[in-house]
Amino acid sequence: MANQGKIININGPVVKAVHMEGFMVREMVMVGEKKLIGEVISLEKDLGTIQVYEETSGLRMGEEVHGTGMPLCVKLGPGIIGNIFDGIERPLSKIYDSGQKFIPEGIGLISIDESKKWDVRILAKPGDMLDSGDVFAVVQETSMVDHKIMVPPGIKGRVTEVAESGSYNIRQTLVALENQGKKYELAMYQEWPVRKPRPVARRMPIEKLLVTGQRVIDTFFPLAKGGTAAIPGGFGTGKTITQHQLAKWSDADIIVYIGCGERGNEMTEVLEDFPKLKDPRTGKPLMDRTVLIANTSNMPVAAREASIYTGITIAEYFRDMGYNVAIMADSTSRWAEALREIAGRLEEMPAEEGYPAYLASRLAAFYERAGYVKNLNGTEGSITVIGAVSPAGGDFSEPVTQATKRIVGAFLALDRELAYARHFPSINWLSSYSGYVPMLGGWFKENVAPDMMALRVKMLRILQEENKLMDIVKLVGEDVLPDDQRVILEISRIIKMGYLQQNAYHPQDSYVPLSRQYRMLKVIERLYDRAYSCVKNGIPLSKIKDEKLFSDIIMMKYNASDEKPGLFQELEERIDRYYDGLESVYKEGAANES
Amino acid sequence: MKVKYLKLDKAEGPLIVMNEVEGAVYDEIVEIQMPSERRMGKVVQIDRDKVIIQVFQGTSGISLNDVSVSFTGKPMEIPLSPEILGRVFSGIAVPIDGAGEIYSSKYYNINGRPMNPVARLYPRNYIQTGISSIDGLITLIRGQKLPIFSGDGLPHNQVAAQIVRQARISDEEAGKFAVVFAAMGIKHDEADYFRKVFEEAGVMDRVVMFMNLADDPVVERIITPRCALTAAEYLAFECDMHVLVIMTDITSYCEALREISSAREEVPSRKGYPGYLYSDLASLYERAGMLKDSKGSITQIPILTMPNDDITHPVPDLTGYITEGQIVLNRSLYQMGIYPPINVLPSLSRLMKDGIGKEYTREDHPDVANQVFSAYSRVQEIRALAQVIGEDELSETDKKYMEFGRQFEERFAKQDFEEDRDIFKTLDLMWELLAILPEQELTRIDPSLVKKYLRK
Ligand SMILES: Nc1ncnc2c1ncn2[C@@H]1O[C@H](COP(=O)(O)OP(=O)(O)O)[C@@H](O)[C@H]1O
Ligand SMILES: [Mg+2]
Repeated sequence: MANQGKIININGPVVKAVHMEGFMVREMVMVGEKKLIGEVISLEKDLGTIQVYEETSGLRMGEEVHGTGMPLCVKLGPGIIGNIFDGIERPLSKIYDSGQKFIPEGIGLISIDESKKWDVRILAKPGDMLDSGDVFAVVQETSMVDHKIMVPPGIKGRVTEVAESGSYNIRQTLVALENQGKKYELAMYQEWPVRKPRPVARRMPIEKLLVTGQRVIDTFFPLAKGGTAAIPGGFGTGKTITQHQLAKWSDADIIVYIGCGERGNEMTEVLEDFPKLKDPRTGKPLMDRTVLIANTSNMPVAAREASIYTGITIAEYFRDMGYNVAIMADSTSRWAEALREIAGRLEEMPAEEGYPAYLASRLAAFYERAGYVKNLNGTEGSITVIGAVSPAGGDFSEPVTQATKRIVGAFLALDRELAYARHFPSINWLSSYSGYVPMLGGWFKENVAPDMMALRVKMLRILQEENKLMDIVKLVGEDVLPDDQRVILEISRIIKMGYLQQNAYHPQDSYVPLSRQYRMLKVIERLYDRAYSCVKNGIPLSKIKDEKLFSDIIMMKYNASDEKPGLFQELEERIDRYYDGLESVYKEGAANES
Repeated sequence: MKVKYLKLDKAEGPLIVMNEVEGAVYDEIVEIQMPSERRMGKVVQIDRDKVIIQVFQGTSGISLNDVSVSFTGKPMEIPLSPEILGRVFSGIAVPIDGAGEIYSSKYYNINGRPMNPVARLYPRNYIQTGISSIDGLITLIRGQKLPIFSGDGLPHNQVAAQIVRQARISDEEAGKFAVVFAAMGIKHDEADYFRKVFEEAGVMDRVVMFMNLADDPVVERIITPRCALTAAEYLAFECDMHVLVIMTDITSYCEALREISSAREEVPSRKGYPGYLYSDLASLYERAGMLKDSKGSITQIPILTMPNDDITHPVPDLTGYITEGQIVLNRSLYQMGIYPPINVLPSLSRLMKDGIGKEYTREDHPDVANQVFSAYSRVQEIRALAQVIGEDELSETDKKYMEFGRQFEERFAKQDFEEDRDIFKTLDLMWELLAILPEQELTRIDPSLVKKYLRK
């Protein structure tokens, strides 16, 4: 008989019950008459403490707690992609279809659709030896995703029976295995406890770029397949838009997007927009590779805590198939706050700003589930984790930002001043960094251009130089600077306005392939080199700065397109012509003088 | 069957504690009968047979023995019907206008439930407020939650009032328009001001007011916005109305929350506010929006006063993290005689991008707004420089920016309380301002639009 406890204490999302001796820590439980889903977080003698994933308003003293004998798990199988789930993988569209505009409590544990039939192609044959992770069947889940049905970790054996290829729901047995007298029946889905990383064969080095089509990111602070990144920023600085841009345009095979304690409308926006947007590589609708996990800010906080584990477990499952998965969590700060709220209700000793002492280790354990790996089945796959951070008061010295900064490989610091000036993405080029630059040099050389990294450094230098000069300009104005320094200011202006700023809503500018990024940089470099050498030859800046040429270069991002490949060459030729002309006039002048 | 208990064990601040209570329900409403009055409270914590109750009217005057407490077994519910239009209620939804009870067979749980993101309709229709700074640069969208971040003594009430008076709803929908007003801890004269504004605008019969004023019980303030939003949801999603909800002052609301939290000895996070302030505020703000299968909408304009004009204070900070932008009022603009003193730079409308442009306002709107923002932010840098080196020493272009800044504030931002500018007037004004600048500065605007709209 299943275990049964009795509620004796209710404090928001935290409930305590007695008669809990037979329960396990982390066991999933049903709380009260409404059968609210919860999870045991600690046990002491017969007393159990439970966090409840649904609203506890209306729960009565003395109601029962039932065990399930299982930890909090997600169902993994066809039906995940293109769908939207709550923090514990309950399907929100299905809940809506059943007439629920507002999410009620006590809807029970439902997950991916169990009745839907899928066209299954069986790959295994009787007599095959299958090991954990081996693929025994394939389902085309969406136009972009072949869902590989794998032997769950921990199971292996010789195939004794197989079903014919055909139409099945996820519960039907497809393959039977036998191993040392033990029999296993495998269907299309498996279950996995969310808090436990799925096993891999081994980790591999990070050396591939996650192409995002965002200039400031790809060029200056590149992300890597299998890497981790944080996007901290006060409200309104562009965390969500940046995350959306990455979800739309990055060259991952699968996107897991977790709306963790953020706005409902932002999830709705994705639901409305993604099916209409086309993946630049395949031309297929972006929703066909995307899964959404939504725990909006007004949904129960305990489920917020669980949502990122649900998301990363789904990501691992697709990685195991050999896919490159990118997972966005917006925002990890809300997850940390959920942790804090629950710790507070448990009267745990708070560390900094009320956060529990284990904040940093929990964060680290989450980001640790990223990586580029060799899977059990021999394929390679990766998970890139990109977490937004919402520092209180926009102050990066707070605990969540600091703890995250120590863990992640790339740090894209969003800047309030830039956002106020509508410089978007407001990624600060001085305080951001990517630790992946050294690992990606080879990739850039091979896939973009041999001098791409050198260009990057050259441009960053100009920007850094400008920053130093601006300190002086702020005090005395620009006019007092010598022309060779003013040229730095002018070129920086072009880099900032023409390159770093990228309008997410402009059809031409929203996504920019690397080849075009490179060409744009080359144009700016040409302008810089030519202008600088003119300055060195004593030509005054007023002559060097041709307003029309400069503004056309700033505007090249809006005019460049794949239909007009000649634009960059034209600009380069114009630069050459202009400065050739200028130089020859001045040489003549100098010759005439002497 | 209601069980009555006749003894309290402790009464302190907003809380009472009772022992030997059986079968209490979390969040249920309790009725506290005292010799000469009745109070209301709700169960906020249960520990075995000990129950902690938050008393909406506070505990002052309560004695431990001379009371009887009965448990209703249910969270707070209020009756709603179309009759609520034109009515005035207390902060806990008791009618206070002398016009009698609301009779309805339908009772609604004031806590509401989270909207399913799948059921939401993404808001895309703009509301013309007639205020240039807002319409041009911080466009309000129907179904949006867009707070006013203000400070003590700044004219946030006037700005809100002007929005209510001027907000244009197309004629065929005019009959479907309602205002829900939630007062939390504001002064009597402020409440009177709003009442007068509603009357003058001739909308009083479409307004529902929930009033918790400065001298009303502090704890009631926690309930007030929930009652108001429940009424708003009813009007929007059951009566298909476009509801504008004004909630003021959110800072008083948060202070009430802090008071209860500290009485319960909870671990505080920043500035003594409870760690769950974010979730709590979200449970209010997220009740704005639209639904796919409903014709109505809830647009929220919460008003908050930033203590010390500090936008990083937890109340504006957490609000900004939840709402879909903010309208920030600025003291120095106000002191310069500029009304409405909206500082557009820290202000933002997150939903504007989808509700402006060709199909909604005018094709040039997105670009021109972008350009005005970036020009005005450049003005701030140049002003700082001019302070150091003097305006005469500025370059020619910088001088033009200075002029742009002046005219932006004097001609665009500044506007009479009675002046209602339509969106085209606002956009044309923006072009007039941009015409002050050298044309090559207009790097945010599509050249074809510059050609079409920039008249020198
Ligand atoms: N890349 C971008 N291009 C254009 N506008 C942007 C961009 N990034 C941010 N914005 C603007 O900034 C606003 C706030 O961005 P958002 O991502 O919602 O901020 P956060 O999540 O940090 O609060 C958006 O509504 C949009 O107006
Ligand atoms: Mg955001």
